Amino acid sequence: MTQLIWNGLFVGSFYALVALGYSMVYGIIKLLNFAHGDIYMLGAFIGFAMLTSVGVIPASLSITALLIVLLLVMISTGAIGVAIERVAYRPLRNSPRLAVLITAVGASFTLEYGVAAMAGPNPRVFPVRLEGQTFDILGARISAPQIVLMVVAVILMLGLNSYVQRTSMGRAMRAIALDPKGSLLMGINVNKVITWTFFIGSALAGAAGVMAGAYYGKIDFLMGFIIGLKAFTAAVIGGIGNIKGAMLGGLLLGLLEAFGSQWLGGQWRDVFTFAVLILFLTLKPTGLLGERVTERV
Amino acid sequence: MSMLEFENVEVFYGKIQALRGMSIRVEEGEIVSLLGNNGAGKTTTLSTASAIVKANSGRISFAGSDITRAKPWDVVAGGLIHVPEGRRIFSTLTVAENLQLGGYMVKERGAVAKRMKEVYEMLPLLAERRNQQGGTLSGGEQQMLAIGRALIAGPRMLMLDEPSMGLAPLIVAQVMEVIKGVNANGTTVLLVEQNARAALKITSRGYVIEGGATTMTGTGPELLADSRIVEAYLGA
Repeated sequence: MTQLIWNGLFVGSFYALVALGYSMVYGIIKLLNFAHGDIYMLGAFIGFAMLTSVGVIPASLSITALLIVLLLVMISTGAIGVAIERVAYRPLRNSPRLAVLITAVGASFTLEYGVAAMAGPNPRVFPVRLEGQTFDILGARISAPQIVLMVVAVILMLGLNSYVQRTSMGRAMRAIALDPKGSLLMGINVNKVITWTFFIGSALAGAAGVMAGAYYGKIDFLMGFIIGLKAFTAAVIGGIGNIKGAMLGGLLLGLLEAFGSQWLGGQWRDVFTFAVLILFLTLKPTGLLGERVTERV
Repeated sequence: MSMLEFENVEVFYGKIQALRGMSIRVEEGEIVSLLGNNGAGKTTTLSTASAIVKANSGRISFAGSDITRAKPWDVVAGGLIHVPEGRRIFSTLTVAENLQLGGYMVKERGAVAKRMKEVYEMLPLLAERRNQQGGTLSGGEQQMLAIGRALIAGPRMLMLDEPSMGLAPLIVAQVMEVIKGVNANGTTVLLVEQNARAALKITSRGYVIEGGATTMTGTGPELLADSRIVEAYLGA
């Protein structure tokens, strides 16, 4: 039971990290960025490339190496996210939404098959695993690196939340999500804020990619596809466009999956996930924390 | 020195021409009103000045510099602040956050906090509601918030679009008093109003706009006395 909860929260924190970027981008430019899951995949591959290039890493240093790589990957995927927005989405800012959506699908395929062409289509074994000393906590077996990564994920999420709530840039992001034109009148450089949003969202997805690589031990060029859909599900559960909602949705989805696989069998896991998505879209499309404010005019 | 000047500005929305050779001039320290019917081009004039809408031709200058091709954030940084039609309060952000956003371009440290304090003193109802979501305020309170938010930017000139819209007469009078007070503190004001009577009372000069250009101009009392204005905008 505790093991299930722990596994659910752990996987859920990957979903949450990816869902955050999904939700932030949707909130700010109303775009479902289908390429977002592939940024997670890119994160895993860039992390893989960095870790293999330094040669064999002694087990005692693996967590340190992983954290350094995590940081470098976040910067790289952040920059890639910014580049994708510049090249693929910005020119279509004033086009019909469908055009941008199709471009996002195109960007997704470009990343997937670009990586397949460069790194080959076969799965790779991630050089660092989350093994090492394990602890028994309330009957669950947890390894030390898992705890470290979980802490990192929590720090990233809390950091993002307070960034969005407290800083001037965070306020600008929330303002644009509510009213882009009104934000211009405040002097907010909307392009800059969108760029920064893509950077942060993509950095978080990249971090999740590295963590997932280390957790599952195996990466492949299509790994971003399903997680993209799951992050979308998580964002919908929490209320798309809502930062706290994306975190809550991700963790909740992780837990649901852990328990769903336990009850129905692992092969039903994804069926279960997407049944939850359909359920939310029909019964509560605004999600758990979807905001509704009484507007007086 | 003239604060804001439009010279022969033309604006098209697609094939529809909204401004046809608009020329106006606002001197430093004035309150100038733009009067006119719906669709005459009043809002477009303000939006073009704040660079939300691009001018197809003509020249706009603010405080001596050409802003015809400026970006909206450059216009704000220069001190020309537009309080838009319908207030555009960020509804799920608090009153305090709305005010802070007004100071987004303010570089000077501590200036935003200082001005927020001044706004809270001037408009105590905002101080009481500082942690409330902007969307929960009444129309009059939202208008006060919109003006307060513009003041945080430290404007040299305010452009207000229909600040009296949808407000009860008593509240309209309060809003006009606030605008007068802001002007008395040295901020130039350009006021777009349907409520011509309320506007002209506090106005130094006014322009009547029809079909995207000015057709008449005069001081507040002159316009109030003009029979054509009375018929067209004030009701006989």
